[in-house]
Amino acid sequence: MNYDILLAGFGGQGILFAGKVIVYCGLYNGSEVSWLPSYGPEMRGGTCNCSVCISDEPIGSPLVVNPNVLVVMNTPSLEKFIDKVQPGGLVIVDSSMVDVKVERTDVKVCYIPATELTNGDPELKGGANIILTGKLMAETGIADNETIKKALEHVIPPKKAHLLGNNLKAIKLGMEYQA
Amino acid sequence: MAVVFERPKSLADVPTHYCPGCTHGIIHRLIAEVIDEMGIEGDTIGIAPVGCAVMAYDYFNCDMIEAAHGRAPATATGVKRALPDKFVFTYQGDGDCAAIGTAETVHAATRGENITVIFVNNAIYGMTGGQMAPTSLPGQVTQTTPYGRDTKTAGFPIKMVEMLAALDGVALSQRVAVNSVPHIREAKKAIRKAFENQRDKLGFSIIEVLSSCPTNWGVSPAEALKKIDEEMIPYYPLKAYKDIRAEEAAK
Amino acid sequence: MERNLMKGNEALAEAAIRAGCKCFFGYPITPQTEVAAYLAKNMPKNGGVFLQAESEIAAINMVLGAASAGVRTMTSSSSPGISLKSEGVSYIAGCDLPCVIINVQRGGPGLGGIQPSQSDYWQATKALGHGDYQLLVYAPCSVQEMVDKVTLAFDMADKYRMPAMILADGLLGQMMEPVTFPEKKTEFEPKPWATNGHGGKRDHNITNSLYLVPEELENSIKSRYERYEVIKANLTEAELYLTEDADIVVAAYGASARVAKSAVNHARAEGIKAGLFRPITLWPFPVKEINEAAKNAKAFLDVEMSMGQMIEDVKLSLNCSKPVEFFGRTGGVIPSPAEVLEQIKILAEKY
Repeated sequence: MNYDILLAGFGGQGILFAGKVIVYCGLYNGSEVSWLPSYGPEMRGGTCNCSVCISDEPIGSPLVVNPNVLVVMNTPSLEKFIDKVQPGGLVIVDSSMVDVKVERTDVKVCYIPATELTNGDPELKGGANIILTGKLMAETGIADNETIKKALEHVIPPKKAHLLGNNLKAIKLGMEYQA
Repeated sequence: MAVVFERPKSLADVPTHYCPGCTHGIIHRLIAEVIDEMGIEGDTIGIAPVGCAVMAYDYFNCDMIEAAHGRAPATATGVKRALPDKFVFTYQGDGDCAAIGTAETVHAATRGENITVIFVNNAIYGMTGGQMAPTSLPGQVTQTTPYGRDTKTAGFPIKMVEMLAALDGVALSQRVAVNSVPHIREAKKAIRKAFENQRDKLGFSIIEVLSSCPTNWGVSPAEALKKIDEEMIPYYPLKAYKDIRAEEAAK
Repeated sequence: MERNLMKGNEALAEAAIRAGCKCFFGYPITPQTEVAAYLAKNMPKNGGVFLQAESEIAAINMVLGAASAGVRTMTSSSSPGISLKSEGVSYIAGCDLPCVIINVQRGGPGLGGIQPSQSDYWQATKALGHGDYQLLVYAPCSVQEMVDKVTLAFDMADKYRMPAMILADGLLGQMMEPVTFPEKKTEFEPKPWATNGHGGKRDHNITNSLYLVPEELENSIKSRYERYEVIKANLTEAELYLTEDADIVVAAYGASARVAKSAVNHARAEGIKAGLFRPITLWPFPVKEINEAAKNAKAFLDVEMSMGQMIEDVKLSLNCSKPVEFFGRTGGVIPSPAEVLEQIKILAEKY
């Protein structure tokens, strides 16, 4: 098992948070892991990405240049990274934020209107990143529900602990979503 | 025979390197007397950075640190934060305290670092041979103001204690002189108060001491002392610009 | 102990607390600010001091004061800030004081950029400030090693009475990895030289770097260099990975060594006998270890996130016994394993 995961979108979409949930899933499963954020001078609204490595072997470079799993939450990120995905890799697209289709045929693409799915449900507000994470878990099988819950419990800051249920709902929605 | 005068215990019994007529010796002595009277030699750490007094570590019997030019208030901050119950004083010249180290002086003051700064202002760079200091007077001839300090190009002298008195972290900001017996007596009282403030954890205390430099001023020691009265004090009035202890007492 | 994930910057801050660091002085700069933020939150809980200084210059001189007072003390910055500290570091070395300095490197010169870089190698190992002196320089390559080397740096700084540096970079500072911590250190060797008030029980101590008589200054430096010889003989550390039978040995440290290791693994998978020499101490440079790694090598590839600085130590240490070629990315660009693999292949063809 060797996952080089790249998550990308705008700052504020929860890219780094989703990356943390995924990396803790890997940690709790006993894998070697690393998490590396992009960092820049802008605090909000700029582009943002995050590299997560989960492997049976010690992690070499923590910077994911050629992902085998790409999660994108905006069009610029898709355009920037789609050609870097390893052949046979997985691409998960928030189709409510990305208005283009993937032309490559050697990768598996899952379109999921994650941001739209959150509309109208206060419990899912701001949960598009977690819906996508649920989809990623369903497609990769990196972690089971119990491990995902443990990861969420750790990553959600104490003062937002009451939002655990909402996050689990978003994970389930993503896992079960069929186009 | 009764002893009426002796070397303070915390002043080392060694000849100093200071020029004849220099007032550093008097200021050293005043500090040492205060340390002796308060019985704090074993609990005091002195810091003398670059300047004429850089070798003060050989003259005081308390623990001493020689600091980089201008950085004594930062070094003193480090010592004091590590050892909050010890007495920490810096002994700085005008270039050190008011030019290269202005940032360190101002920020130690505004943080209210509980230290004592002895700021010796002789309006010239002594150790390097008589260049303009930040406190050189308008018109003063120095090696780097050979036509006299022109305020249009070299700016105005900096008035440290007036400036620092504006900061909330400052407990005492006072200017004294050591060119006459009455002035020396006042100076000692001020230095004592600055150390007592530290004992009582009142905050930052700075005593600016108007001092002479006969060598670089190019006058005799006696004339130098007169120049302090005639030229320096009119520009740098002797006064406590801030004294929270006195302000408390007045209430 | 349960494995936990932590950012490199936060891990080294926690390691400092556990190593008994009593006073931290710093100034915010990307990409190391998490060090200060973590210590601002956790130093007071551990009876320590956190102070945000007015400048890098003030911070390093506060370190000098606290070190002279006899406590364990640290400052942290990134490249431009380290340049500002250089004066103070020289004084600390001249005063024979122990402290730990963190450099989470970013691209330079000037304001440069804020992305990871290794372009301060020369500054750290050759010229951080004026005068004849050295720093102990540790180059960790993982979050766990950040912790281990901070702990060691405090111990060695005290033992040899000299400043020690952790030369990290933005990648190591920002990334999260599993990490475990040692127990908090509570017992320390006494420091009879400290200026902490003689209490009437000893002669006064002096912290000083001024010697106006040249022979006295020369003697003080020579005695320091005698200590350096002991350090050179005892403290060098390096990782040798698959070098035993390697034709091509990649030399790299810190973040670029992680990239290089991936490339070495890819090269092995393609049948090229590649290995990795990774210095962990940059000063003293592991001369014995690199020659060990060179035994069966045909050539070296030096990989750095700079225009080539460590390569001089690699060449000097090998004493021209093997050809040494260079591949680097700079300005904040992290080389990819594929790029390094490409270079390994070229060397494998050539030698």
